[in-house]
Amino acid sequence: MRLSSKTITLLGLAVVIAIAPVFFPSSFYYRVGSLIFVNGLAVTGLVILIGYAGQISLGHAGFAGIGAYACALAPVHLGLHPALAAVLGAVLSGIIAWLVGRPILRLKGYYLAVASLGFGVLVSMVLANEAAITGGPDGMAVEDPGLRGALKAIGIDLSNTEFWYAFSGLVLVIGAWLALNLYHSPTGRALRALHGSEVAARAVGIDVAGYKLKAFVISAVYASVSGSLLALQNKFITPDVAGFMHSIEMVTMTVLGGAGSVIGAILGAAILTILPQILTVFQEYEQLLLGLVMMLVMIFMRDGLLPSIARRLRRGGE
Amino acid sequence: MSLLQIEGLGIDFGGLRAVNDVSFSLKAGEIVSVIGPNGAGKTTLFNMISGVYLPGRGKVMLDGEDVTRLSPHLLARRGLSRTFQNLQIFHAMTVLENAVVGHHLHERGNILADLLSLPASRRSSRESEESARRLLDRVGLGRAAEQEAGSLSYGALKRLEIARALALKPRVLLLDEPAAGCNAVETEEIDHLIAQVAAEGVSILLVEHDMKMVMRISNHIVVLDHGEKIAEGEPAAIARNPRVIEAYLGAQATEANNADG
Amino acid sequence: MPELMQFFLSGITDFAQGEFVMLGGMITVFAFEAGLPLPLAALIAILGTAVIGVALNRLAIEPARGAPVVSLIIITIGASIFIRGVTQIVFDKQIHRFPAFSGDAPIAVGGATILPQSLWVIAGALAVFIGLWLFFTRTLIGRAVLATANNRIAAQLVGINTKFIMTLSFAMSAAIGALAGVLVTPITLTSYDIGISLALKGFAAAMLGGMGNPKGALVGGLLLGILEAMTAGYISSQYKDAAAFVVILAVLFAMPQGLFGRKQTDRV
Repeated sequence: MRLSSKTITLLGLAVVIAIAPVFFPSSFYYRVGSLIFVNGLAVTGLVILIGYAGQISLGHAGFAGIGAYACALAPVHLGLHPALAAVLGAVLSGIIAWLVGRPILRLKGYYLAVASLGFGVLVSMVLANEAAITGGPDGMAVEDPGLRGALKAIGIDLSNTEFWYAFSGLVLVIGAWLALNLYHSPTGRALRALHGSEVAARAVGIDVAGYKLKAFVISAVYASVSGSLLALQNKFITPDVAGFMHSIEMVTMTVLGGAGSVIGAILGAAILTILPQILTVFQEYEQLLLGLVMMLVMIFMRDGLLPSIARRLRRGGE
Repeated sequence: MSLLQIEGLGIDFGGLRAVNDVSFSLKAGEIVSVIGPNGAGKTTLFNMISGVYLPGRGKVMLDGEDVTRLSPHLLARRGLSRTFQNLQIFHAMTVLENAVVGHHLHERGNILADLLSLPASRRSSRESEESARRLLDRVGLGRAAEQEAGSLSYGALKRLEIARALALKPRVLLLDEPAAGCNAVETEEIDHLIAQVAAEGVSILLVEHDMKMVMRISNHIVVLDHGEKIAEGEPAAIARNPRVIEAYLGAQATEANNADG
Repeated sequence: MPELMQFFLSGITDFAQGEFVMLGGMITVFAFEAGLPLPLAALIAILGTAVIGVALNRLAIEPARGAPVVSLIIITIGASIFIRGVTQIVFDKQIHRFPAFSGDAPIAVGGATILPQSLWVIAGALAVFIGLWLFFTRTLIGRAVLATANNRIAAQLVGINTKFIMTLSFAMSAAIGALAGVLVTPITLTSYDIGISLALKGFAAAMLGGMGNPKGALVGGLLLGILEAMTAGYISSQYKDAAAFVVILAVLFAMPQGLFGRKQTDRV
């Protein structure tokens, strides 16, 4: 049976996720791993928007915020189980993405970037200001979804960090699977076509505006689920999850590794998640270094790390 | 009964009357060429017919339906397909994928099915791929299928655009300078291809500067100058038409004057 | 409100613009507190920021010319984050101000009160506006800038030294931004992180008036300022900053080209 590149990629990802814990010296690494997977999920969604469809959004953290706060608020105010709250958050994000996306996707380049930025900041402002409901800038606690307890009942006893590592990893692999499926499908081709030339895409019958919106909504749902996971595993959430910096981090991770590929983006997520951990020593220098990294990579490795490395390897092999 | 009917089409850009009061029609299986000196408004005319520009005046009727205000993707659904003067190839996709995308209207389906890679979605993709390969063979690009589109030569890309346009199974095909930049061999291949496609019942509207090709394959010629139709008729008549000759010679004379002065 | 009028006049769409305004204020503060007389401190701030603007262009933007828009956006955002990071280390994270130019006593103008500093701001905005208008229409260099902005290759072909022009443009926009920061700090205070919301408001104003149109940007800034004040008054002062973003979204819903902009067409 010949394995497609898609299958190899997914297997590779799953294997890395499964094997990595062998090398973990402490449970702290499970935490970092989970964080990488959560970020990786969000950027996988952005690959669909930025890499496939060629659009941009600097406000996607807003959807992460919606997903995160859905998990915080729905159990308290609506009595929903946190897992269902995550679903609610995703649905809500999808609807809002559909409503906001229709007008702003008519724009291109800087205009679209700023409009999406505005949206993201608006969401984080609402979350920060409505302190009575959301606990304001100091954040609020999130209920435990009880999944670990359920596993315990059937005999699988994992520590908190182990469980979230495995669960986030699983969700990431599923998310990557969906995104890779999309790439080779008619919808994926339509997105990539409109990225290449909107005029030509229309000429072959692609409803460009409609497909851009689809990409926007799908990536919003990814961001929302990512936010929900973050809230559930941290058991706490603050409005920063929807903030400008988070949106920028998401986009940078996506583009860092290579916006066109899911694996590249996940790699970017890994790098930019690990970097601040290494840099906690240099807390003060964090912004400085982040900014520096962003500029250097974009200047010297325009297409992102993965494609640049691939190109160098190819040239080396000749 | 004509398949495509253009009535009094016109458009202004700022103060410039780019196209004014152009009318003609196309029957099924007919090849009509639109010619004229540079700047006569031929591509602008194409852009109006194919929905890229909204005409300021006039009507475009497709099979009796008024499609003047329809956007390009809706026109594609009604069987109108086109190629572009400045190639609009999907550079980041392979040659095969470019041709497959042309099948969008046939293969598009449920986005959920695509996300989950359901059998229906995969079957769609397979079918389009098979059809795309046949089209690529037809235009002579069969062996380049897996190459990145951006790596092909200009002439090859022109043929790829035609393959992509044919994937739509159009009733009306607009070809904007399909032989431009092609050598004699390539031009002849495109010539044959166009004749074949027309023989299958597709109406073809052609903008072309290669006069030999135009005279050879056209059933009918429309001549534009400064945005207006100055002549229409069979190739032989057009070749002898004094207004046409003056339009071309006039253009050449003006260029010659400017070159000296 | 008046700060916006100052701010967008610089006109170059890049996210670091907000940081230049911040730098204008911050550098002045520290120069002043180090003992320099206010006018000198302000001058150093403006010149220094101009130099930083040029450095930004040379080091970060020029090398990446031709890159996709996404990359450029990330570079300028990276630059603004970098500048913010450096500022936070070189200076500090506190809020600062320096004294107003002609005192703090409000002046009564027909039933309303206005701070004397606001008059400085308005005067400054008008001066910059008129200066730029003269520059672009009357001087050769000014027209060279417009030409380069319009079509860089064509400008090169007619002999314009585009590298110099770009340097000049960045220096000017950074300087104007810094000037805005200097004039406005006595009213609005300054700290290392005000850059983003300023950049966004600048965009909102520019978009409201139609991108690339200075007259429109001026009107846009004014309208935005009024909207903010109204929001603070009638809705809630916490959402004052949100006014800018709501404006952006509203404008895009209704009039993508802004009040004075032109519709764009693609050549096929």
